[in-house]
Amino acid sequence: MASASAIPASTSSLPLRIDGLVKRFARLTAVDGIALQLNRGECLGLLGPNGAGKSTLIRIIAGRVIPNAGHVSVFGDPADSPGARMALGWVPQELALYPRLTCRENLEAFGRYHGLRPGPLKAAVAWCLEWAALAERAGDTVSALSGGMKRRLNMAAGIIHRPKVILMDEPTTGVDPQSRNRIFEMIETLRAEGMSIVYTTHYMEEAERLCDRIAIIDRGRILVQGTKDDLVHHAFASRSEVLARFTAADAGLAAWVSERGGSFDDGAARFTLEHATEIAALLDAAAKAGHEVADISLRRPNLESVFLHWTGRELRD
Amino acid sequence: MIFAIVRTALTALLRDRGALALSFILPIAFFTIFAVIFGGRRDTTPKVAVIVVDQDHSPASKKLIQGLGRESLTVTTGPPARRGVQQPEYTAQTAEAAVRSGTAPVALIIPQGFGEDPISFGAQPRATIQMLKDSSDMVAPQMVAGLLQKVALTAMPDVLAEQGSKYMEAYAGGFTPEQRARIEGGLEQLRRRENTEDDSPQSRLDSDSAMLVPVATRDVVGENKNNPMVSFYAAAIGVMFLLFTSSGAAGSLLDEAESGTLDRILSSRVTMGSLLAGKLCYCSLLAFTQLVIMFLWAWLVFKLDFIPHLAGFAIMGITTAFAVAAFGLLLASICRTRAQLGPLSTLVILIMSSIGGSMFPRFLMPEAMQKAGLLTINAWAIDGFTKVFWRDEPLSHLWPQVLVLLAAGTVFFAIARRAARRWEYS
Repeated sequence: MASASAIPASTSSLPLRIDGLVKRFARLTAVDGIALQLNRGECLGLLGPNGAGKSTLIRIIAGRVIPNAGHVSVFGDPADSPGARMALGWVPQELALYPRLTCRENLEAFGRYHGLRPGPLKAAVAWCLEWAALAERAGDTVSALSGGMKRRLNMAAGIIHRPKVILMDEPTTGVDPQSRNRIFEMIETLRAEGMSIVYTTHYMEEAERLCDRIAIIDRGRILVQGTKDDLVHHAFASRSEVLARFTAADAGLAAWVSERGGSFDDGAARFTLEHATEIAALLDAAAKAGHEVADISLRRPNLESVFLHWTGRELRD
Repeated sequence: MIFAIVRTALTALLRDRGALALSFILPIAFFTIFAVIFGGRRDTTPKVAVIVVDQDHSPASKKLIQGLGRESLTVTTGPPARRGVQQPEYTAQTAEAAVRSGTAPVALIIPQGFGEDPISFGAQPRATIQMLKDSSDMVAPQMVAGLLQKVALTAMPDVLAEQGSKYMEAYAGGFTPEQRARIEGGLEQLRRRENTEDDSPQSRLDSDSAMLVPVATRDVVGENKNNPMVSFYAAAIGVMFLLFTSSGAAGSLLDEAESGTLDRILSSRVTMGSLLAGKLCYCSLLAFTQLVIMFLWAWLVFKLDFIPHLAGFAIMGITTAFAVAAFGLLLASICRTRAQLGPLSTLVILIMSSIGGSMFPRFLMPEAMQKAGLLTINAWAIDGFTKVFWRDEPLSHLWPQVLVLLAAGTVFFAIARRAARRWEYS
């Protein structure tokens, strides 16, 4: 069941638990009372547009930002405690790598920063290079890698110490579709190993493919969270979505769409209908109002629709 | 179109404070420093310190010392009082030790018997003034030697004339009683004029070409050195470039902050304290290696006496490397970006290097500027290396330089640690 705020009772052994988190930067409230929990082996998606507060939330969990209020615990330990640091792996949105070091040297450096001893470090580096499909490029400097390879190395550096909880902050930013698929496969490997993941994105396809649960975040607040089906059902029940494009779009059309309970954006009108048979009545009403339909389609609402439903804005905004 | 390009470039310049500082503040700062050093203001022209030991105590030696005192020299006959207790006057031995330790670049020993035959007209004098000099100062001994000859002409004309008449009498077969009476009358007039004459140096003859006063010169520092200035410039140039290298290396902190790598590092088991300590060790090691290479080059190419001074070099090298590394970290930690660090470090390091003696020796500077130089790492490091390589002083004499450099490095690091708190958490 989707919910906007309530968190089920949990124990301190949860991989991640967040309560009443608030972070303000001057007048801007970047995180506004967020409560979340992450279960073992779960992938939780944080879906929201740029500037929604996803990265700030991730940085608070990683212990890099001190919240004004609220609490974060990792397996019961406070964020920024030594225990939490070892349990957490962070893949930042930026390519946080040493550009003049090779792939192997980067992984070794971050492994040492996490306190790995030579034996386990060597094994971890080998595993990460294989996992990121960079074994053949292990001796290449970062500056010589493609964008997708850099992203994969960035991910590998975040899990070199084999954490139990991984924070991934938009790991596919700026990569081509092929590299993105490769990254998805890497994440699915981690999931298969039972790691718990928090995954931020503003691409609904990524959230749908990778995440068990999704929390929609906007303006520092969690608007709703649950499985994809929960979210859609909570917003639309059994209703379907109709998208209609008209030959001429004007102010009169927008007003007419609004009168019919729909929304008008980017030249397209969006309506929700209980039954497909209502389309005929909609087309008839449009014709009577003098609006000629160019094309029309019926679909089940998706996360984009859910986001629009809760915020009144497109996710890409 | 051209106007649009000029306008765009000007707007960009006005928004780049670093570039503005480099364009306008640095040249003015440099001009001011050089103008002050090279006599932009006459009243700050440096006076050369000279120690005088009068073993003769004759009227001629006293006149000579008085005459030297009227020139642009700081004539001292004894060490400064310690805790209100007057120190005994310099002897030949203590004067030599004082030159060795750098108290003064020149000492003049006026030997007993000088007054009997003070002026030489080519004949072998009975007593020759000894000039003990530190040849690392190439200006002061020349200046003192010249002024000594000038003073012989201007401060003791009566002695000069009297000596001349003696030589005349000895080599021309003697004067008649009438000639003798006239010469005595003339000498009396000279003595009277000497007692009533204006003391200003400008009123005196301005010729120092004749070697009227015999002087035997001896290097008491660096007498066996191949090139007196090599050790000085190895240290001076070395420290300046160490500062540049250290600030550049410490700037990696800013690169890491900008790229997000710093956040990733600090999310691991690495704390800001250990990160900065690591950077300090790295920058110190880098700086020390640079110094080693610089001095090895000086040894191989310019025959610097490196091997016998390894211990002193190690002590000064390590403390200097520590101080410049900490200073580099300080500069990096107070800047927000690499773009800020570049102009700021250039500005600060060039000014420090010019005041601190990396560009030209501090003994050429006015006294106030020499004191200001003590606020820089350069001055203390160069002084320490000079003690080691030039003055051959024992290691125990390095304690002021070592103490100051270690203290400065510690303070710089503490401030850098404080400034780096902004990166610890948002």
